[in-house]
Amino acid sequence: MDVTRRTILGSAAAATAASLPILKARAAGKFLTIGVCSDFSGTYSDVGGETSVACVRQALEDYGATAKGYNVKVIKGDHQNKPDVGAGLARQWFDSGVDLLIDVPNSAVGLAIAGVAAAKNKAYINSNAATSALTGPKCNANTIHWTYDTYMLSHSTGGAMVAAGGKSWYFITANYAFGQLLRDQTSAVIKAAGGTVVGGVAYPFPQTTDFSSFLVQAQSSGAQVLGLANAGKDTVNSIKQAHQFGITQSGMKIAGLLIYLNDVHGMGLDIAQGLVLTESFYWNMNDKTRAFTKRVLPKTPNNYPSMAQAGCYSGTLHFMKAVDAIGIDAANKSGIAIVEQMKKMPTDDDAFGHCSVREDGRFMCPSYLFRVKKPGESNIPWDYYDLLHTTPADQTFAPLATEGCPLVKA
Amino acid sequence: MVMIFGKPLPLLFGQLLLGIINGSFYAMLSMGLAIIFGLLNIINFAHGAMFMVGAFVAWGLFTYLGIGFWAALVCAPIIVGVFGLLLERAFIRRIYKLDILYGLLLTFGMAQVLQGLATNYFGSSGVSYNAPNALSGVLKLGFMYLPVYRGFVVVAAIIICFVTWFAVEKTRLGALLRAATENPSLVQSFGVNVPRLIALTFGAGVALAALAGVLAAPLYSVNPDMGAQLIDTVFAVVVIGGMGSIGGAILTGFGLGIIEGFTDVFYPQGSAVVVFVVMAIVLLARPAGLFGKVA
Repeated sequence: MDVTRRTILGSAAAATAASLPILKARAAGKFLTIGVCSDFSGTYSDVGGETSVACVRQALEDYGATAKGYNVKVIKGDHQNKPDVGAGLARQWFDSGVDLLIDVPNSAVGLAIAGVAAAKNKAYINSNAATSALTGPKCNANTIHWTYDTYMLSHSTGGAMVAAGGKSWYFITANYAFGQLLRDQTSAVIKAAGGTVVGGVAYPFPQTTDFSSFLVQAQSSGAQVLGLANAGKDTVNSIKQAHQFGITQSGMKIAGLLIYLNDVHGMGLDIAQGLVLTESFYWNMNDKTRAFTKRVLPKTPNNYPSMAQAGCYSGTLHFMKAVDAIGIDAANKSGIAIVEQMKKMPTDDDAFGHCSVREDGRFMCPSYLFRVKKPGESNIPWDYYDLLHTTPADQTFAPLATEGCPLVKA
Repeated sequence: MVMIFGKPLPLLFGQLLLGIINGSFYAMLSMGLAIIFGLLNIINFAHGAMFMVGAFVAWGLFTYLGIGFWAALVCAPIIVGVFGLLLERAFIRRIYKLDILYGLLLTFGMAQVLQGLATNYFGSSGVSYNAPNALSGVLKLGFMYLPVYRGFVVVAAIIICFVTWFAVEKTRLGALLRAATENPSLVQSFGVNVPRLIALTFGAGVALAALAGVLAAPLYSVNPDMGAQLIDTVFAVVVIGGMGSIGGAILTGFGLGIIEGFTDVFYPQGSAVVVFVVMAIVLLARPAGLFGKVA
């Protein structure tokens, strides 16, 4: 295409016109922008991605945002699992008037964005990353960590396995911040309960697809439990291959420390049956969770919401209530003001029920230990879990004093 | 128990076998790449995507049509091979005369599109595909448990590699192909339809990738990234073996699988890079690769 003065002027005019509606709407009424920053194309796109966007929209619908005079725009962006891309996107969004950034799977990206949210004084709800550092040493007044963290996973799943007699463990760990943290926290739980860690391997992430070597090493270690400190496709591949090598048949138990509903769906019940895992939301828990799922499902790419996606629903709903409480002008101005209000009010929604947000930014909800059903026991689509145990909110997450969050001292 | 370098001998035997199993995928994929590069001069970055498509076709045949593994082993490569022919006719044919980098970019783009479409339709967690009942179960070998299906994959890969090598290097058709790439106009003057020959070669190379994909489907999670994760290593295999050398690709594939297997035991963190370390050393010592003919 030839670049003429006309095209330059034309595109400049178009760019100005594109930014105009924001200014107009801000002048006219209660205008908010919510940015869903997620993985839309890679490993975590099934546990975040479009279904997270659908859950945010569902929250606005259930809140009745339009009827209450709000004009809420939902935008989305792909962080490509790269911290620099995620932080750059967050900076650009916050500068152009985004009031809430939500979702963000991948711990490395999640932590990077927390820093940007604090620098720009905007609200940030992370519903999808695992690292407990978000409410620990890296906590800040703009960030709320919804849904789950590594402390919850290691204590619930790890603790349950040790209690059931799995005293000696062998770890297969994704060699990056998340995997190492999950392994170390689980090891601490095992040792505290009188168990031992007999060995482990840390494999290169994300280049590994074949786990057979590590599985054979695990098998020859003689440990009772194989701990998988990884996520997503890596977990699916490790479990599938463990099945092929007869690991479970030989009596070794598998502890998948982070398994989502979508992973179970990907594996199939033939392979996943009997796995023990922890989530803080399951669509088929009660009438309210089923009702929520029924409402949101048509908006998703036929993907039942995982706990992290349901967290986007719950977080957005609570965000709207807080904005309403402090008023739109204060909300547009300060992310800290919104987050402080969110901490003052208890939460209440169909997905998680009655919960709260602690002063370090930790969303406090119960966690549920599930066992995956056998193929014959599952009667309806995506009906995969049996509930084994419920851990109350105050025991699900790390005690406030032990986390090292600077907010708590102040 | 006998120990070597502080590791029990049975464990090392186990790793040797696992290395050969992984090596068979490297060999099958790099062989297809070597054929396409050697005969068409195209660096086919879409090879991993074709591997992935092969696995999804096998899954689709079973899920929608009830066609099982054995039939898929034949049908899926044919379907994907025909798809490859269409791609060749529509796109790749147009760039034979251009610089080799254009082919690389075009096929890289195709791979991205195919992966993107698969992610869009199937999601990133992928789908599940099971080995046939006849091949399920585990063999007790004394030093390790060997899943029957993995044993089958090794045998199948060796047969496939041998047949392909034989067809290209030892038959009249193979001789024609090699001649057509050396001097197309001369071969055409003997009455051979060279464009068709080249198109069929591309189709056959792609079909090989799909066949490897079907064999891989019961082992790994069938997901849109499954090819992209392998293709980097496979390219390293081709470079080490010598670009375009089919025998070299096969031997290097198995050899690197074994090296990777041992790295998994002695230094697991290094298992993803060991292939590239070997590649760097080989390129320094023999720039044309271990079995390459010209520098």
